[in-house]
Amino acid sequence: MKYLPLLWAQLFRRKTRTVLTVLSVLVAFLLFGLLEAVQVAFESGADSADAKRLLTTARYSIIDPLPMAYASRIERVPGVVGIAYADWFGAKYQNESNAFAVFAVDPARYLDMYPEFQIDPAQREAFVKTRTGAVVGQRLMERYGWKVGQKLPLASEIHAKTDGSLDWEFDLVGVFDAEDPAVRANTEVVLINVAYFDEARAVGRGKTGWYIIRIAEADQARAVAADIDRIFLNSPDETKTAPEKEFALGFAKQIGDMGALVTRILIAVFFTILILTGNTMAQSIRERIPELAILKTLGFSNTTVTALVLGEAGLLFFIGAGLGMLAAVAVLPVVNGGTGGRFPPLFVDPATWLWAAGVAVVMALVVGLPPGLRVHRLRIVDALAGHR
Amino acid sequence: MTWLNQVVQITLVNLMNVPRRLGTSLVVVVGIAGVVGVLVSVLAMGEGFRHTLASTGRPTRVIMLRAGSDAEMSSGIARDQATVLGSLPGVARDGAGRPLVSAELFVMVDLPRHGQTDPNNVPVRGVQPAAFAIRDEVRIVEGRRFERGVREVIVGRKAAREFAGLGVGSRIAFRDSDWTVVGMFESGGDVHESEIWADAEVAMSAFRRSGFQSVTATLADPSQAGLDALKASIARDRRLSINALREPEYYAKQASILSRLIGVLGYSVATFMAIGATFGALNCMYSAIASRQTEIATLRAIGFGGAPVVVSVMIEALALALVGGALGGALAYIYCDGASLSTLNFNTFSQVAFDFRVTAGLLVQGLVCALLIGAAGGLLPAIRAARLPVTVALRTA
Repeated sequence: MKYLPLLWAQLFRRKTRTVLTVLSVLVAFLLFGLLEAVQVAFESGADSADAKRLLTTARYSIIDPLPMAYASRIERVPGVVGIAYADWFGAKYQNESNAFAVFAVDPARYLDMYPEFQIDPAQREAFVKTRTGAVVGQRLMERYGWKVGQKLPLASEIHAKTDGSLDWEFDLVGVFDAEDPAVRANTEVVLINVAYFDEARAVGRGKTGWYIIRIAEADQARAVAADIDRIFLNSPDETKTAPEKEFALGFAKQIGDMGALVTRILIAVFFTILILTGNTMAQSIRERIPELAILKTLGFSNTTVTALVLGEAGLLFFIGAGLGMLAAVAVLPVVNGGTGGRFPPLFVDPATWLWAAGVAVVMALVVGLPPGLRVHRLRIVDALAGHR
Repeated sequence: MTWLNQVVQITLVNLMNVPRRLGTSLVVVVGIAGVVGVLVSVLAMGEGFRHTLASTGRPTRVIMLRAGSDAEMSSGIARDQATVLGSLPGVARDGAGRPLVSAELFVMVDLPRHGQTDPNNVPVRGVQPAAFAIRDEVRIVEGRRFERGVREVIVGRKAAREFAGLGVGSRIAFRDSDWTVVGMFESGGDVHESEIWADAEVAMSAFRRSGFQSVTATLADPSQAGLDALKASIARDRRLSINALREPEYYAKQASILSRLIGVLGYSVATFMAIGATFGALNCMYSAIASRQTEIATLRAIGFGGAPVVVSVMIEALALALVGGALGGALAYIYCDGASLSTLNFNTFSQVAFDFRVTAGLLVQGLVCALLIGAAGGLLPAIRAARLPVTVALRTA
């Protein structure tokens, strides 16, 4: 700690250079923070997954429906403690396809299944009781300026009513929200009461899209999933059951290897920054060889001088990385506003801070070690004689 | 003239000195190459995706969907409606008088990528016999077409490349049934190459569907008047609630979300990187100037003007940037051009495969970006070099 003023003085020996270097490190870590946030958003489904929830879909394709009658049969499987189901409504709102997701659900079962969705008990009760009821996520409510108590007109791209019309109308009876930012992304949805929906639709009555199953013990997930699929084996509608996390990860993988893409971009970014700062650092040390030799003359040990050089690199990256990550935290709300909620909310995950710290340490070592070792080997006589 | 002469001389001296300052110069080059490489690669991905969707369909053909549906997946057309659509006068007919129309089933099956187990939504298209006459760009490159009424499929070249178990001769399990892959087709790199095709009737029974998703037809009169006439005859028929649009228009819409996403990603990453690299370039040019302080001061002492010094430093920065830009572009071309990728198209909810395309336009864009960084990174150091009083420069060097 007592060397901090010395490090600081070294760093600001050439102000412009240091400021520029810090800025380029800052930009690299800003990019790191932003891209990691995108990656986290893509995998947020997996992060917010509950280990005690399973998802059952049709075996051959997620678009095939399953009979609603499966619910009572799945419920009887040992280890299953709760079941809910949902169907894809395919909403079109203000002429935009899939502006948000709409699920037709059994209100009580669905809200019991997702205790992380917080809803006022009176509104929940209203949703259960109102056949044409709908509840919406807080973020959607804000985006479209809806109010509880209003009619909610939604067109479906898939489901026609018995009169052939694709235009539906629901009563907005409540709003729900979640605390955890990773779960909040899942609240961008409108839930409608399946009681009315199933009765009023022209085709597909008595079918649902997928089942959500709560199990007693997380470690039984595989066994219970296999038991469920076995029941429906060789039936007209075979099933595929998997833990929620696996399902979410599988969906993220559909997008392709987003992670690999982001990692490659970041490697290019950090490689570039490494070259730039590495060169600057080396040059800065080269210029100060006589000074460092004088430090040694004054009695600083080889190790101490090397540590000073490393400390300088460390401080540089510490400041740059810290400011960059803070900048990412500051920029993300703007980005979230800009996407208009079309994209899940982006946020800097605590794990990203750890990664950033790790990357900063490695970068500081890579940049600081070569000049540090050079200084370690430096002989005072040569250094003082060689330079000027 | 003397001014220009000075610029040329100083620039020559500067450039000839570059090898002596190889480290610093290389840093500028590598830094800018990194930025341009990333910019061009990410944009090449977007370009490839757009190209794939843009090359799909012909303006002479229409795709008909249920009114209100924006994509085939959410559309539904009953069998009798499809028959009516096929008999409309606006639909072209072949030599034998049969309408050039194909009512099609569009569903998805779960297939893993090569070497993986996670399912992907791979589109399966059930087509009627006229489909091959309508889409004359479809060519079988291996094997043969499927037989009518038999559980056989042909696979798009890109689908076979991305997903496991689609080689000609292999068998795949769909709902209720086993199918044999009997051929592989190409269609000019468009989206159909990401699909699996089967006979519509067989596919409908296997997937237990009673209706189609879309109807594709060749227009008898490809002009706007012809399309309007077809639309008018659909509107007159009360049995139909159908939206007809030209194929290119439809497929351009299917690209909207993903190309916007790729564009935003590409440009924002490149902008940030460019800013970072500009700081780096500034640093390098400052130190390049600093190490030549005496030299520059001497030049000015013997009568060279300030402006030529500025211009020559700028030229050096721009030259290094250009080399960096070219290097970055070349790297992107070598590593990315033609590389293939398959992703979920959010508009259609199904997988689409495409190739990265490093086009001349993108390379030019990369070079422009490099020059901008070079200019931004060179200007301040150049001005500083020119403004430092000669006496001070000579004394403090």
